[in-house]
Amino acid sequence: MTRRPSDGPAAGVDTSGDAPAVDSPPVEAPAVVELRGITKRFPGTLANDSVDLTVRRGEIHALMGENGAGKSTLMSVLYGMERPDAGSIRIEGREVSFGSPGTAMAAGLGMVHQSFKLFDSLTVAENVVYRAEPRRFGLLDRAAARRRVRELAEEHGLAVDPDARVGDLPVGLRQRVEILKLLHRGARTLILDEPTAVLTPAEADALFAVLRSLTAQGRTVILVTHKLREVLEGSDNVTVLRDGRVVARLRTADTTAAEIATAMTGRAVDLDRVHPEGSPGEVVLDVEGLSTAGVRELRLTVRAGEIVGIAGVAGNGQSELVEALAGLRPVTAGRVGLRGEDITHASATERRAKGLAYVPEDRHAVGTAPAATVADNLAMGHHRTTLASPRGLLPPSAVRAHARALVERFGIKASTPDVPASALSGGNLQKLLIGRELAHGAPLLLVEQPTRGVDIGAIQAIHDELVAYRDAGHAVLLVSAELSEIRGLADRVLVMYEGRVTASYAKSDADEATLGLAMAGGTAEPVAATATAAATAVATPAPTAAAPNTPAPDGD
Amino acid sequence: MFFDSDLLMSALRALTPILLAALGGAVCERAGVFNIGLEGMMLMGCFTAVATSWFTGSPWLGVLAAALAAAAYSLILAVGTVTLRGDAVVLGVAMNLLAVGLTSFLLRTIFGVQGTFDDPSLAGLPLVGGFSPLAYLAWAAVAVAALMLSRHVWGLRLRGVGEAPEAAATLGVSPARYKYAAVLVSGVLCGLAGAQLALGNVTLFSENMTAGRGWIAVVAVMLGRALPFGVLLAALLFGVAEAAGFRLQGLGLPQQATDAAPYVVTLGALFLSTAQRRRRTGRTTGVAS
Repeated sequence: MTRRPSDGPAAGVDTSGDAPAVDSPPVEAPAVVELRGITKRFPGTLANDSVDLTVRRGEIHALMGENGAGKSTLMSVLYGMERPDAGSIRIEGREVSFGSPGTAMAAGLGMVHQSFKLFDSLTVAENVVYRAEPRRFGLLDRAAARRRVRELAEEHGLAVDPDARVGDLPVGLRQRVEILKLLHRGARTLILDEPTAVLTPAEADALFAVLRSLTAQGRTVILVTHKLREVLEGSDNVTVLRDGRVVARLRTADTTAAEIATAMTGRAVDLDRVHPEGSPGEVVLDVEGLSTAGVRELRLTVRAGEIVGIAGVAGNGQSELVEALAGLRPVTAGRVGLRGEDITHASATERRAKGLAYVPEDRHAVGTAPAATVADNLAMGHHRTTLASPRGLLPPSAVRAHARALVERFGIKASTPDVPASALSGGNLQKLLIGRELAHGAPLLLVEQPTRGVDIGAIQAIHDELVAYRDAGHAVLLVSAELSEIRGLADRVLVMYEGRVTASYAKSDADEATLGLAMAGGTAEPVAATATAAATAVATPAPTAAAPNTPAPDGD
Repeated sequence: MFFDSDLLMSALRALTPILLAALGGAVCERAGVFNIGLEGMMLMGCFTAVATSWFTGSPWLGVLAAALAAAAYSLILAVGTVTLRGDAVVLGVAMNLLAVGLTSFLLRTIFGVQGTFDDPSLAGLPLVGGFSPLAYLAWAAVAVAALMLSRHVWGLRLRGVGEAPEAAATLGVSPARYKYAAVLVSGVLCGLAGAQLALGNVTLFSENMTAGRGWIAVVAVMLGRALPFGVLLAALLFGVAEAAGFRLQGLGLPQQATDAAPYVVTLGALFLSTAQRRRRTGRTTGVAS
């Protein structure tokens, strides 16, 4: 899948002498984007410190770095959204100075923002041609707009119905609309900001196929991301930023995930740590025949001192299951037991009182109150327990002391506990949320997507916390879309498919191929690229060569 | 017979001011400006129309002046919400209150009367084929607005601005310009609505003579989902209610009860449309899944 720049079309004659630290390939395509000495200062931070970036025609160039490393600032500067304090920008050899995205677009740049900039109630065709509309007698020429979308879609393998309402489309197709928008405007260099953050693995693969065909036509792609796997599989060159500076320029074919991760974090990182197994005790969570919207007759148990991981393709009932367990979704049939007590129809408050803590998937809308202070967010929930006072008053000093203790214990980076939670970075907000819930010391922790969109460093810290929590004798039910996370943490892995637990594996048997097959319903072709022998061996969920206490297929 | 062609005719006459104002509200709604200042803009139009017609002797100049004055008045909303990023609801309410006070004050200082200014020599709008010329204009405006919004490039951009201003801005469309334009259009239409009310439906100015018609127009925008033909249907409903109120008066019901008819219909319609919307997006819990 990787392709060297020298395979690119139009191997030009670039002798400008400012080539990046790639080991001097004989012939290189001409540079389309050259940033020299870009410096951008915000009050209190130096977001970009004399950054150089060279991107050549026909390549997929990955710009990597942790949150806050300066990637977004650099792209904002390139795209005319921010003025640099120093430095120069050359596009296709010409020195430019963009005052707005409009002028950057006119120079052949186009950007797909991480949060899509689309009009949900308008059709695909209307979105694509917006501000560059084909006209007839002053009116919008819908037929021409539709035709244009079909042509572009066909040419670039971006099939999408021009008459569909964008709001009705899944994310993968919305992203296509964003790309079509840029192509309609004649963009020659496409900047994609974290394009796979919202995509399923299959959608991500499809995206990379499209990007490949675009570069094959001589277009150029800049990929802003912090995901290692896709960079290794999909890019030609990598520039790594850390603390606003370029710390590495690598050729993808000659590098490894570990090298990039080390450059990003500034220290050696073990990417695929597998934590040792726990020693399960008595049953804490006992779910029997649970049904709710999206979940059918589901059975599972979680024991003290055990992490049970739930794997599955998004939308197979995982969120609904967790919401039902947390008391946010009514149960239509079945029984939920927590430490022997029936909590099937208990309210969320009652469940928490009986020993449940919950880290929801959506940390912004459900997990925290962004406008409230860090201290108040950390106090939430604890106001019923440790912080409660007989008169129902919350002494500010106690709230602050509680906050300071948790901030320190979980390494949450906040200037003071009085800043609003919205001022925290994603990783720190997640630490806040997880820290708050762990601090309950509840016998059962429900945790959904604990590290989505979080830096490598923070991921490791969060994983260590979860394992320590388990080792302290608590039960953890983990739902994650990241297979590596499930495999690294879970003592037992359950696979959910169409609302049921369809397979259960001991830690030692949960390899990626096996899980991939079960996640696809057990009948489809294995999705993982590494699938070879293991995939054919596992036709039924029950592992054959498992440990003595082989778990039963019902997930128990 | 209670429902006959006379009732329909009087309904059509009654609906003109509401329809014009509601069209203005719909354009604003599409541009993402919640305009509840229709009432105040309309009242400014009423007064300006009467004063101009009185001093110039020409109801046509009255209509023109009303449109200009209400458009100027609407700038309060445009500057306040778009440029100064104020709250549209607060501004709209303030504009409505200010218009009542300002027109009453001007009535006293210019005409030296309180309550109502009414003079036989005040020139009103002529009737053409049984309707005020502004009624035909209102119907034409429905079609023009529908065409502009759904088929014209300007309408597409306006809708985009209303839905996702940031997205429009990244494509080089200035949301501020479109919002200003939409508010000014609503000002012109509300001015015409006021002129129709003061020189068409009647020929006089009385304090607070809009009597909630601007609010009814706001409801018509909601009921009609800010679609020009939807707004027409909603305005027709209120027109029928108002005409039926007169008719009921003739049947001996107390005037206080019949005057309430349009407002009762408003309340009922709002209730029904909200219930319907809730059914469509019904959720069991407050948590997004």
